[in-house]
Amino acid sequence: MISKIIRDYEASQLKTDLPDYRPGDTVRVSVKIVEGDKERIQDFEGVVIRKKGSGITETVTVRRMSYGIGMERIFPIHSPKVDKIAVVRRGEVRRAKLYYLRALKGKKARITERKEVTVATPVATNEESK
Amino acid sequence: MSQIFDGDGRLIPVTYIQAGPCFVLQKKTKENDGYDAVQIGFGQKKEKNTTKALLGHYKKANAAPARYVREFRLDDNGAEPTAPEIGQTVDVDLFKAGDHVDVVGVSKGRGFASPLKRWHVKRGPETHGSMYHRRAGSQGASSYPSRTWKNKHGAGHMGDARSTAVNLVVVRTDKEQNLIIVQGSVPGHNNGYVMIRPTIRVKKAARQVYLKNTRAERMAALASKAVNPLKASKKGGK
Repeated sequence: MISKIIRDYEASQLKTDLPDYRPGDTVRVSVKIVEGDKERIQDFEGVVIRKKGSGITETVTVRRMSYGIGMERIFPIHSPKVDKIAVVRRGEVRRAKLYYLRALKGKKARITERKEVTVATPVATNEESK
Repeated sequence: MSQIFDGDGRLIPVTYIQAGPCFVLQKKTKENDGYDAVQIGFGQKKEKNTTKALLGHYKKANAAPARYVREFRLDDNGAEPTAPEIGQTVDVDLFKAGDHVDVVGVSKGRGFASPLKRWHVKRGPETHGSMYHRRAGSQGASSYPSRTWKNKHGAGHMGDARSTAVNLVVVRTDKEQNLIIVQGSVPGHNNGYVMIRPTIRVKKAARQVYLKNTRAERMAALASKAVNPLKASKKGGK
């Protein structure tokens, strides 16, 4: 168990502006890259196949096909090197770790889009409970 | 253990240590006790759980009964310039980021452990009908010496012994929460008690390049070379 002091200290280092993203979503991760003495931002767009860890140790694995070759990058999302994470497309998947995508190519590796379902406020269901 | 990002965005494995406030309970001197040391108390315990004799000891220093009391020698690495007085508090200000420290604690107890776990001896094969699995091999030769040599690695109690993590780097300190954040792991279980002292590995500490050679400095050294190795890999370029 993590003591409250440590949790509070870590909380002060976490990013608060992260979007809600899930495995299956397509995200664009903006990474700061230092070249010589210049710094620029590079985007990496792909499918989230894994979320791992919690708090400051949380990482996200993003997979993309680049020139026919699968490429995965693991980002510690609270790193100052990760400038921004933006959700490009929501995906409908049935598991938390999408390792099966590694074996799939082309049309088979598609993920259907998740429709945002607005949950209807439940009507009083007194009769049903009888 | 946890992790922390340093200024360059590198991820460092760290341990949080709550250091203080500690109270100086007693000072030992060469004249009185044969050596120079300070006795320091940390944490609190209830008065009813403290013997009357100890209560008097704490009262002398005007401190509440401490949960954990340890002595720190002053003559080990040259007397400290400002040895604190009795009743004074000692806190994280003793250390700052970049310092090298030793952390002394009691390692996790493993109970009665086999030589495989305790001494990392080789095990037998798992299959092919070996029937000799997690056992150590020979205990020694036969007719000479007709006994097992002393200090032969065997099974026995492992862990729950004093252990020191030497030459760790202080990554950060936090005065408000009395936290010392140290790079790497530390002996013992979570919420255990440890002692922190300046490292005895002075020579090695000087060789440590961490925080001395920042990433920016290394990159500057790279850029000053005729060929930028970062760009050399771009064959032909775009």
